Amino acid sequence: MNATYIPLQQPFTRELPSRGRVGMFVLIAAEAAIFTIFVVAYIFYIGKSLTGPTPQDVLAAPIFYSICLLSSSVTIHLAVQALRLGNVSVFSRWWFATITLGVIFLYGTATEWHRLIYREGLTISTNLFGTTYYSLVGLHGFHVVVGLLCLTLVLAFALTGRVKQEHAYRVDVLSLYWHFVDAVWVVVFTVVYIVGR
Amino acid sequence: MSTDSITWPQTETAVHPLVDRLHDWVMTVDHKRLGILYLGYALVFLVIGGIEAGIMRIQLIRAHNDFVSPQVFNRMFTMHGTTMIFFVAMPLVFGFANYLVPLMIGARDMAFPRLNAFSFWLTAFGGLLLYFSLVGANGLYGAGNAPDVGWFAYAPLTSRTFSVGHSTDFWTLGLLVSGFGSIGTAINILTTILCLRCPGMSLGKMPLLGWLNLVMAVMVVFAVSPLTAAQAMLLVDRYLGGHFFDTQAGGSAVIWMHFFWIFGHPEVYVLVIPAFAFASEIIPVFSRKAIFGYPVMVAATLCIGFIGMSVWAHHMFTVGMSPNANTFFVLSTMAIAVPTGIKIFNWLATMWGGKIEFKTPMLFCVAFLFQFLVAGLTGIMLGSAPFNWQLGNSYFVVAHFHYVIVGGILFTTFGAFYFWFPKMSGKMYSETLGTLHFWLFLIGFHLTFDFMHIPGLLGMPRRIYTYEPGRGWDVWNLIVTVGVVFQALGTVVFVVNLVWSYFKGATAGSDPWDAWTLEWSTPSPPPAYNFAVIPTVKSRRPLWDLKHPADPDWKYE
Repeated sequence: MNATYIPLQQPFTRELPSRGRVGMFVLIAAEAAIFTIFVVAYIFYIGKSLTGPTPQDVLAAPIFYSICLLSSSVTIHLAVQALRLGNVSVFSRWWFATITLGVIFLYGTATEWHRLIYREGLTISTNLFGTTYYSLVGLHGFHVVVGLLCLTLVLAFALTGRVKQEHAYRVDVLSLYWHFVDAVWVVVFTVVYIVGR
Repeated sequence: MSTDSITWPQTETAVHPLVDRLHDWVMTVDHKRLGILYLGYALVFLVIGGIEAGIMRIQLIRAHNDFVSPQVFNRMFTMHGTTMIFFVAMPLVFGFANYLVPLMIGARDMAFPRLNAFSFWLTAFGGLLLYFSLVGANGLYGAGNAPDVGWFAYAPLTSRTFSVGHSTDFWTLGLLVSGFGSIGTAINILTTILCLRCPGMSLGKMPLLGWLNLVMAVMVVFAVSPLTAAQAMLLVDRYLGGHFFDTQAGGSAVIWMHFFWIFGHPEVYVLVIPAFAFASEIIPVFSRKAIFGYPVMVAATLCIGFIGMSVWAHHMFTVGMSPNANTFFVLSTMAIAVPTGIKIFNWLATMWGGKIEFKTPMLFCVAFLFQFLVAGLTGIMLGSAPFNWQLGNSYFVVAHFHYVIVGGILFTTFGAFYFWFPKMSGKMYSETLGTLHFWLFLIGFHLTFDFMHIPGLLGMPRRIYTYEPGRGWDVWNLIVTVGVVFQALGTVVFVVNLVWSYFKGATAGSDPWDAWTLEWSTPSPPPAYNFAVIPTVKSRRPLWDLKHPADPDWKYE
């Protein structure tokens, strides 16, 4: 008897979770652990700087830019919904809106850092506050940049007509990452601009 | 149905030029080839790390020896620890996980084959980056300089002031890069196990190796990530003038310890849980019995994984934490002995009443049971804070954790090499050489690490490059060094056995051990696609069901 395999005994009926979503969730768990360490360091070092400037002196909550970033979670959700229904042009529009909101957020971070560096004289090496602030906000900003690069790539595919309804699943996996980046901002905002002041 | 009756269709084996074959290995995304690459890479670094250990032992063979300078000694223990953990133990774990998990769960490859290759090359180049410090650390001055800050690199030793040059940067970058590789592999293993199991294989019917690697991968995700974050902070301190670990500017040296050990202790379980997995597959096969207490084994593993994340500060009792923190970490450390003890009893119960065959893999697993028990007992001693205050940073600690890593992890890994070598190569290893390797290594291990406890109890601190005569340490250090000779000989026999058997060994056939898990249903070595038809399973031992249709397992599970 040639038994190179165990014969199929029953039809395959079971549904396992899809690997894209599971892989992204595990990546998000790993990223969350990295952010946790930076957040713990930030909280641990609140008020431990030996010299100024302090958060109370120089930080102002970027409320408008935060609203932009958080609402990009809504637009990306609408984009994925549109693609699921096969509406590629609506998808592209919401997708473009998401990218725009992300860029506005980064512009907000850039102006804030410019003000802190050139007007307030706070750099990453000035004091502990500078070290932890630029590291934590910068780590988040780095994730926004990576997310925007991925989103822009998808937009380029969409504009050249390569994104179709059957890609809704892949786009959905990418949107999970973007939701994560937004959710982390809620934590960072709370720690840096509310608890830290 | 006996296995002799299985005939495999002769596959076409055209011989390609060497360049083509090397190209295939470099470009491969096949989980089996990547697994073997991981294992080969780990064995190369095992020899390098072993040579570093040998240099330290020659230096300590007698008092006032001057085989190497104190500076070189510092580099040796740093490189030995870093190499053995990150570039030997981790690649061994990932190599076996890569090779075995898809085969055992009836999948054709890992969930993300290209991510898999990417992760391997990150790990590989991380190791090269660490060793590049030998030539690159002092830049154009030409004077090589390996990292010398200890494998846990406590602040402020790593600051610019105390680590001039780039050796610490190479250490940081090497670990950062290989850490990304580890996280990528963990994502892959988790996703593979959760998403690619063959029909019929519910989580409760998965081989224990699958379960244990699942827990291992979860721990890698939550343990290696903090190390990555801490290394990023260290780079900020060293390159951008940050103050995370700079006590002069209000930073804290202790928080580095916390961040490092939040990685460092779960890391022990990341390494030992796959060792448990090997024991859980090998012991039943050579006892001719199904594993005893499968659900309890799974539950105990989950317990170890969970508690293992909350014991890290028992590495820091001597730092001077608050009494509350000390109490918490003593209790959590004691608690982890319970699930570990359950596992040892389950392995013993698996052997109890079985028809035990003492083949080489089984020999290593039986030795593992005894040695891991002793390692656990000294672990309980060190886990109680008052005892730890006496013996923290002594050779007793060094003996304890080598008992875990060599006596527990390396022994089962050797067993796993022998057990799955026929599957990976298609050839049988030499049982004579295997037994010789076992006895040489067993004698060497016990000479080295049993006797290493004693100078520790007599007060010999770790990481000293020499010592005064007449403290009662001399003879123990001599014995410890003599043991290294046996271990080195054993390792040579091991490598000779692998190489000789690969070329000259008898043909193994698909199932030389009459085993029960799915990897033994494929030819040896398995084809690139693993399974011509994805199998369907009904129990935890699908090949038992196939071989004993009158008395299948699924009637009882």
